Amino acid sequence: MYLAGMGAGALMLPIPVMGNHMPPEALLGQMDVALKKELADVALNAARSSGATYADIRIGRYLNQYVITRDNKVENTVNTESYGAGVRVLADGAWGFVAADNITRDNIASMAKKAVTIAKANARLLEQPVVLAPQQGYGEVSWKTPIEKNALAIPIKEKADLLLAVNDAAMKSGANYMNSLLFLVNEQKYFASTDGSYIDQDVHRIWPIFIATAIDPATGKFETRQSLSSPMGMGYEYLDGRKESKVASVTTLYGNHYDMLEDATAAGKQAVEKLKAKSVEAGKYDLVLDPSHLWLTIHESVGHPLELDRVLGYEANFAGTSFATLDKWKSKNFKYGSDRVNLFADKTQPGSLGAVGYDDEGVKTKQWDLVKDGTLVNYQATRDQAHIIGEKESHGCCYADSWSSVQFQRMPNVSLAAGKTPLSVQDMIKDVKKGIYIICDGSFSIDQQRYNFQFGGQLFYEIKDGQIAGQLRDVAYQSNTQEFWNSCAAICDERDYRLGGSFFDGKGQPEQVSSVSHGSATTRFNGVNVINTARKI
Amino acid sequence: MLFTEQQAREVMQKALQYSKADECVVNLQGSDSGNIRYANNAVSTSGENSTTSLVVTSAFGKKSGIATINEFDDASLEKVVRRSEELAQLAPENPEYMPILGPQKYSSSNAYFKSTAAFSPEQRANAAAASILPARQRKLIAAGYLQHNNGFQAMLNSKGLFAYHPSTDVRFSVTVRNEAGTGSGYASRGYNDITKLDTGIASKIAMDKAEGSAKAVAIEPGKYTVILEPAAVAVLLENMFFNMDARSADEGRSFMSKPGGKTKVGEKLVDSKVNIYSDPTHPDLPTATWSEDGRPLERTNWIENGVMKNLYASRYWAENKGAKSIPMPNNAIMEGGKASLDDMIKNTKRGILVTRLWYIRSVDPQTLLLTGLTRDGTFLIENGKIKHPVKNFRFNESPIIMLNNLEEMGRPERVVSGESNINYILPPLKVRDFTFSSLSDAV
Repeated sequence: MYLAGMGAGALMLPIPVMGNHMPPEALLGQMDVALKKELADVALNAARSSGATYADIRIGRYLNQYVITRDNKVENTVNTESYGAGVRVLADGAWGFVAADNITRDNIASMAKKAVTIAKANARLLEQPVVLAPQQGYGEVSWKTPIEKNALAIPIKEKADLLLAVNDAAMKSGANYMNSLLFLVNEQKYFASTDGSYIDQDVHRIWPIFIATAIDPATGKFETRQSLSSPMGMGYEYLDGRKESKVASVTTLYGNHYDMLEDATAAGKQAVEKLKAKSVEAGKYDLVLDPSHLWLTIHESVGHPLELDRVLGYEANFAGTSFATLDKWKSKNFKYGSDRVNLFADKTQPGSLGAVGYDDEGVKTKQWDLVKDGTLVNYQATRDQAHIIGEKESHGCCYADSWSSVQFQRMPNVSLAAGKTPLSVQDMIKDVKKGIYIICDGSFSIDQQRYNFQFGGQLFYEIKDGQIAGQLRDVAYQSNTQEFWNSCAAICDERDYRLGGSFFDGKGQPEQVSSVSHGSATTRFNGVNVINTARKI
Repeated sequence: MLFTEQQAREVMQKALQYSKADECVVNLQGSDSGNIRYANNAVSTSGENSTTSLVVTSAFGKKSGIATINEFDDASLEKVVRRSEELAQLAPENPEYMPILGPQKYSSSNAYFKSTAAFSPEQRANAAAASILPARQRKLIAAGYLQHNNGFQAMLNSKGLFAYHPSTDVRFSVTVRNEAGTGSGYASRGYNDITKLDTGIASKIAMDKAEGSAKAVAIEPGKYTVILEPAAVAVLLENMFFNMDARSADEGRSFMSKPGGKTKVGEKLVDSKVNIYSDPTHPDLPTATWSEDGRPLERTNWIENGVMKNLYASRYWAENKGAKSIPMPNNAIMEGGKASLDDMIKNTKRGILVTRLWYIRSVDPQTLLLTGLTRDGTFLIENGKIKHPVKNFRFNESPIIMLNNLEEMGRPERVVSGESNINYILPPLKVRDFTFSSLSDAV
């Protein structure tokens, strides 16, 4: 339905429709592994006997739960389940893929055969056959997100009550309106391939989020302040607000545990303050970027340009290509950033959204460097790309957002390593004469080769001669990726290292979402161009 | 899996027979779709998928619950109804719950074409070949995507409301780059009837732009007269459409809000040449004639001669405000003029031709200020002619300000948004003082 489901821009919380509604008790069971193996073998045998040189099958049960509130009302509680299988084959050097939710033995076999037919139809348009990096079979193995409390097992009422209390707290402290919601994801996915792997994984993710809105009825102006939470690869324990995860700053910031009530109280007050904040004067500023903000800049200006499929042109018709071309990498001296910039990729950090045991083509996950001491050293690759950059094995970054989607190269966690010398946020700010301290992500846009970007934020504090001088509004900064990372002047130490992330990173055609974390400590960038975004209509 | 109208009605009736709730709504939808994707002049992925789901909403008083299933035997149908009833009993009362609608009258709209429904993997490969082979001949590099869908949606409730809408559609887009990576062109198409799609013709436009945009010259950012092709217009105007919700306007948190809880409905907000409406029966952009909650969709004027005429609202909000209950539309159509794009270029002394805009994000919801970049063919026009390609720009502009600075409208055409994939009918627009805020090195 074309426009249906699109909400009002500023208030729209992203609620993707990813599956079917279902009752809560059904969210807790697991599929029988022996049955999945039996179905998988039917597909793999059918594919091989139809002429596939390689085949894999993913049998998935994808569970989501949303609790959605507005002010003092629970608007909706939604449980969704999506169950089905996708078969991918390589035949005559080309890929073919078929997915269906009817996974009887007969249908699985005919899906595999049809995938081979599709691959053969496409093979005539190939210039080079697909080359897969070798991959050992792991036999029957499993992996589970190390959660303490399964959020799907917490009663709906407890979650709804928390969100209503959060809304109440923000409205008591000044917000006129509150929208809040809790997203929970559980991917139960089974992967099998003709390499001899049978991998059963149980992946959990959580994202509590709110938007507080304050209105000045006299002027008609409104401002919003979004929660400082991060989506995490964790269970319900993320919401227990442990003291050791709190970071004292101009407002309390959060690490691996989040205090939603405390943040809502601060948000109501800050949204009101924002209405009266000084409009920024455009010009050059030194920026001090909190990890709750910097994750998105890392995501857009480092994560995406170093996706090898973009570099090679496979995303040219949608997400775009990349400035970080193979010749820059081959030169071994392309200065992506200043010497203190070390950016690494991984799918292993505990609590991160990207953490899994194996990727969606059966490769064990790991960590590797992308930018070392400021120099570009590597990309993110899947099995069919590894040979292009001289790697003997895949980096393990293949992912599909559903059984019905074909897996392809997706961004692992990409993070900025913390500074090696001790530095606190307070000491960093002390050194800044004319700057802006930015907390949490806001508006974001970057070109299709990842040169020119513009970012907003949630909270902007003016820094004057080493002191915080109050909130600013109408702030956005524009820069060029290489110029920006080369202006990196200081990075706080690992005591300040925290994760931010995206629950719904979009890429591919048909478009798929994925979840990815980006870690960093608070970081300073010198002389960045800040624009004023105020207009009149 | 696909159901005919009769099959859909029978399955939903069967489900309703199990209902013990005060009110019950059954929605059924399904689709079979196929796609092909190519890049670097070769097919990269291609596939098919088939999905169906039956959604049951049960309500006791103001308490409602939802459950879904994709099996259709008697036991499964009874199970899904019972589950939705159990959820409804557990749910908190929603003061905004509205009683379901009785039978409605819907106008008819033909969005189903056999040609699209029968499209095969071989035809998909041929469509891709018609784009790839000429690109290879011209030593250019094509990347594209074609997706076709054959689906239906149906609804039946315990008050006897019944609706069924079969539809097919296809969307195609192609980006062509030159081998040096210094030029890029783009074209996209959307239809319900796949026989209207010629991937070769669309690809030729992208190839011509890829060659024509090479060796772009940097010119200073600033305010320029621009000619926005319909693909560029779509991604700006849809951000206005998405924000025309009555509740947000009434609550004071939209570009349509005014101080003191008032709204700008009835006010002239943009140039008097602007007329925008929606019409689910438009022959070139047919959609379902009913909304998800069963309200009929009819032709609705949103902006008339520059005056903001209507906002959409939920049934609850409309009743709460004593306003006419207008659902969110399924399409949007902007009236235009008769000029072709070439005519518009000929009439321009100095300006920038923009093929498309990309990565559009809201910067300030109060003014609808948006940011994004030009992409895949940006050209300087001088004295009625394209003088040379120019480097891409970042813009910061509001569609409201843009529609106030409107100079000329060309001939409307069906266009696919490169951001949302939604189809519209929109004209190319000539706009003065469009704000480009910085240069981008991207090609």
